[in-house]
Amino acid sequence: MGKLSVTLCGIELDNPVIPASGTFGYGHEFAEIYDINILGTFSFKGTTHDARFGNALPRIAESTGGMLNSVGLQNPGVDRVISEELPKLKKYFHKPVMANVSGFSVDEYAEVCSKLDKEEQVGWLEVNISCPNVHGGGMSFGTSAKSAAEVTKAVKAVTKKPVIMKLSPNVCDITEIARACEAEGADGISLINTLLAMRIDIKNKRPLLANVTGGLSGSAVFPVALRMVYQTAKAVKIPVVGLGGVSSAEDVAEMMLAGATAVEIGSANLTDPFVCKKIITDLPKVMDKYNIKELKEIIGGALR
Amino acid sequence: MKDIKFCISENKKIARDVFLMRLMGDTGDISSPGQFVNIKIGGLYLRRPISVCCATDGELTIIYKVVGRGTDAMSKMTAGESLNVLTGLGNGYDASLSGNKPLLVGGGVGVPPLYGLAKKLTAENKNVTAVLGFQQKDDIFGEKEFRQLGVKTYITTNDGSYGIKGFVTDVMKGLHYTYFYACGPESMLRAVCGVSETSGELSFERRMGCGFGACMGCSCMTLTGSKRICKDGPVLKKEEILWEN
Repeated sequence: MGKLSVTLCGIELDNPVIPASGTFGYGHEFAEIYDINILGTFSFKGTTHDARFGNALPRIAESTGGMLNSVGLQNPGVDRVISEELPKLKKYFHKPVMANVSGFSVDEYAEVCSKLDKEEQVGWLEVNISCPNVHGGGMSFGTSAKSAAEVTKAVKAVTKKPVIMKLSPNVCDITEIARACEAEGADGISLINTLLAMRIDIKNKRPLLANVTGGLSGSAVFPVALRMVYQTAKAVKIPVVGLGGVSSAEDVAEMMLAGATAVEIGSANLTDPFVCKKIITDLPKVMDKYNIKELKEIIGGALR
Repeated sequence: MKDIKFCISENKKIARDVFLMRLMGDTGDISSPGQFVNIKIGGLYLRRPISVCCATDGELTIIYKVVGRGTDAMSKMTAGESLNVLTGLGNGYDASLSGNKPLLVGGGVGVPPLYGLAKKLTAENKNVTAVLGFQQKDDIFGEKEFRQLGVKTYITTNDGSYGIKGFVTDVMKGLHYTYFYACGPESMLRAVCGVSETSGELSFERRMGCGFGACMGCSCMTLTGSKRICKDGPVLKKEEILWEN
C-alpha cells in the first residue's frame, strides 16, 4: 500500500484519481498517450441499454472557467460495451473499472446493471441519476428522493458489486437525496454531475446549444461541488466520491478534506489530456508541502 | 497526439480578418495534410482547433480567420510568445487515392489545409489543379503560393471583384480530374459533392470539446455510422456523408 492509496467500497485504489465518465470514453484515446494503469481507476462513458447517438449539434459551448455540454449520453449500448469495449480495454487496463450506467426507466437501470454485474473487469457500478441532457430519464431520477431511492433499490437487487449513486447538483437539498440512496443500500455517493446551464448567441439571438440547455462543468463549478461534497459527507456514512471542476492535485486535496474518499476529474481531461498523469505526479509534492504522511488520513479532515 | 510548446516566429495579416502564424517546435506528430492542431489560449477554457496549413521539420504554419474571442486573441500575439499546442489531431487527407490528376477545391479559410496537400501531391509529380473560392478580392490569399508549386490555380469571387465571378462549382463543372479534395463552408462542400464526377474527400468543421475523440461533442451521423469529426474526421469520404436537410 502506497502513501497515495485509498479504499473505495472495499476495493483498494493505488491513488484516489479517477477520470470522470463522459470525459474519458472507454479509455482508448488516453491509453494511446499514457499508461492508464497509473490511475486509481476510471469511470467509463455513461452506458444505456440501447445505443444512442445523443443530441443534435452544437453540443459544446464555452463559459468563463468552464464549458457546457449537451452530448446526451451518446454510447454504443451495453451489449456492445460488453462485447467490444471491455475486451479491447482488457488489453491495456489491468485494474477494476468503474462502469457508469444511465437509463430512462427504473427497469432499464436494473437491466443494464444486471448485465454489467457479470463482467469481471467491472469493479463498481456508478449509477448516473443526474444527466441533465436527456428527457424523461437521467436527472429526473436524481432530483427526487423517492425516485433516487427506487433506482438504488432496483439496482442493488441485481448486483453484488458496490453501487455508487451519482447525484445531480440541481436540487434544493442534496443531503435528502443522498440519505435516500443510503437508506436503500447504496455503497457510495458520487457528486456533482453538471449544473444545468445555457448560453445565447448574441448574433443569432438563439441558444447556442441545439438542446437549448446543457451541463456546466470545469474549474468554475469547483467551489459549488466542494460545498455539496462537504454537505453530503456530513449527512451519510457511506463513502463519497467528489467531482466537479477538479483540475489540480491541490483540488484533489481540498475535495478529500471535504470528505471525498476518491476524486473524479472530468472536463480537465478535455482541455489537458495529460492532467490526471500530472495530478498523480504532483500529489506527493502537495503532501510534502502540507506535511501529509498518508493521503487517506485527510479524508473528511475539514468535517471534524 | 503530443502536447508541444511552440514559439511564435511570425504572425501577420494576409487578407481581410485572416492571419498567418508561423510557429517553431516539434512537428513530428503531424503526419498528413488535413490534420489539425488544438491551441491553448490564456483565459479561455477550451482549446481552439485550427487546421494545419503546412508542417515541415520544426516549423508549423497555420492560417486562421478572426471569428471570435480565441482567434481575436491569437491575432494580437507577437513573435517570441509561446503557445501550448496539441498536435497530430484528426485523420487528414488520404493522398494515396489522388490518381494522376487530383482537384483541390477550397473556400475561404478552407484553403489552408489544401496547401499542405498540394505540396505533397506536387512533390509526387501529380498534375494538380486547384479552385479557390472567396467572397471578394480582399479575402483572397494563397494564389501565388499555389501557383509557385506548379498547381494550375483558378480563383473565384462571389462578386466578381477578382478572378472568375461565381462559385467554385461553376469552374469545377468544366474540369476533368481523377479525384477531389475539398475544404470550406458546409454549403460549398455539399455543392461540390453535387457537381463532382469522381470520388473525393471533404474536410468538416464542428464545435469541439476535446479535439481528440473523448467527449463526443462533435459527433455526426454518416452512412457508415456515427463519426467524431475530431478523431474519425475531420476528413470524410464523399460516399459516407449523410447530408442534413
